[in-house]
Amino acid sequence: MGMTVVEKILAKAAGLHSVKALDVVEPRVNLAMSHENAALVINQFKEIYQGTGREPKPWDSDRIAIVFDHRVPAEGPKTATNQKLIRDFVTKHGITKFHDIRGDGGGICHQILPEFGYVRPGYVVVGTDSHTTSHGALGAFAFGIGATEMASVWTLGVALNIEVPPTIKVVVTGTFQPFVGPKDLILHLVGRLTAQGANFRALEFHGDTIANMTTSGRLVLCNMSVEAGATAGLVPSDRETEHYLRHEAGVREPIEPVVPDADAVYEKVVEIDVSRLEPQIACPHSVDNVKNVGEVAGKHVHQVVIGSCTNGRLDDLESAYQIMKGHKVAQGTRMLIFPASSRIYLRALETGYITEFTRAGAVVMNPGCGPCLGVHQGALGDDEVALATTNRNFKGRMGNPKSEVYLCSPAVAAASAIAGVITDPRKGGH
Amino acid sequence: MGQVVLKLGKDISTDDIYPGRFMATVLPTETPQFCFFDRTDFNAKLKARTIPPGSVVVADENFGCGSSREQAVSTIRGHELVIVAKSIARIFMQNAINLGLNLTLCPTIEAEEGDLLEVLPGKVRNKTRGREFAALPLPPARQVIIDAGGLIPYTRKKLLEQPVR
Repeated sequence: MGMTVVEKILAKAAGLHSVKALDVVEPRVNLAMSHENAALVINQFKEIYQGTGREPKPWDSDRIAIVFDHRVPAEGPKTATNQKLIRDFVTKHGITKFHDIRGDGGGICHQILPEFGYVRPGYVVVGTDSHTTSHGALGAFAFGIGATEMASVWTLGVALNIEVPPTIKVVVTGTFQPFVGPKDLILHLVGRLTAQGANFRALEFHGDTIANMTTSGRLVLCNMSVEAGATAGLVPSDRETEHYLRHEAGVREPIEPVVPDADAVYEKVVEIDVSRLEPQIACPHSVDNVKNVGEVAGKHVHQVVIGSCTNGRLDDLESAYQIMKGHKVAQGTRMLIFPASSRIYLRALETGYITEFTRAGAVVMNPGCGPCLGVHQGALGDDEVALATTNRNFKGRMGNPKSEVYLCSPAVAAASAIAGVITDPRKGGH
Repeated sequence: MGQVVLKLGKDISTDDIYPGRFMATVLPTETPQFCFFDRTDFNAKLKARTIPPGSVVVADENFGCGSSREQAVSTIRGHELVIVAKSIARIFMQNAINLGLNLTLCPTIEAEEGDLLEVLPGKVRNKTRGREFAALPLPPARQVIIDAGGLIPYTRKKLLEQPVR
């Protein structure tokens, strides 16, 4: 029987000839990623060793990645102390893939891992972050786990009792209209599947739209696959994957593509033609509450955010730049921009985007998760409305349960920042 | 047997259970204070310890969706609340099993706040309304973790089966 990409990856990682959906396997882990919540992982890791008479020691210091991004620079003493504790652990155990708060190598974990070539096609990647699904964009099986499960991976090097997820095939065809792109596609898909439509399942993306899409766009799709509940999103590796890994990530080692068998078994097939897809917007307070942007156009926004692991890459900033150049952010609206990594930040300096954003009245912040999860760097006041290129709009997500968050593409965000109200970028005055 | 102390709708996220602004607090001994923090009245009752252990939170579909933060499980477990939900998001369910949170999948559950529920093998009985609802078993691969007392003892056992590195 033919296998999907997830099945092929898990069969190989578990040392089996083949697996099928719902089999239970113990795959070897190629990469285990954490951010500041490594503080909890370390606590649980030490607890596993309690009473064993053994010294806590990770199974492979080269396969652990730790990236500070959720609260950088530290917003308070508790975070700063957690970060210090993690640094000490990193030094003690010689963890090589560590990205501290630095202007020359820091950023959001889901940007750093692809950018530094840590993820390869066929890898099993686990991360203590639900958006670990992002890394499926490079043909890996990547999924989010909790801190205790990560402590178990650090101990044993395998993920225990993994149920092979059934796969939903998503076939995407057609060419996007101007100002419409991957974010609109994934919002549309989440709206169609619903917030739990892919719970315990994997999404595998196919079709000419995907074949023609850059890795940056594929990262958007896989990143937000979890918003439909998916265990993982995957784009089978192809020439674009190899191009990205060679030229962007500087990978020199052989790359082994993993593609599904022609007779792979899918739970179902979802087909989407993007040629008439309009800019999409996810309305409060759930990511599957998706509408055409025209339905909410004209709504005043107090804060516009461009950034996050979903849409903080150079092409996202370029899309915003093209719309914003020569314009000003509307009075009564604040605009915050967070490049996803320091490498992107530097390129945005070189290309002049940051100068233009700043002249326009936007505040360009340091790379990191920013206000996405409601910790710092852009809290909302009572009854305020935010429009963000981030990935979640749950009640209270940006730190204030009395505020509202709408989700959109960088193009919609930029056009709306100029107008001060939610705006269809195809109709803006820019 | 426990009383339903909170009835929730569908798609309750881990941001609702444990808001992101408290994520710097990680230890299971410290997370319970922020349980359902923005549901101010409920949080106040928890803090005042007027909700007895074994009380039940009933949720609709897709409970625990969103962030993988494990604090969302440890905060509930700290109050020894029992979860009965129509369906549960994958990462939350795995975290709950790993930490030994008492949870039951009951796709047809009907209950209101104040009802007395009894969680029995294969079913949930609503004693107040005199009705029973079928509960789904957890997959066997996860049951072994529960039987071991959680993922920490389960991993410890596996570690001790390996030679010392």
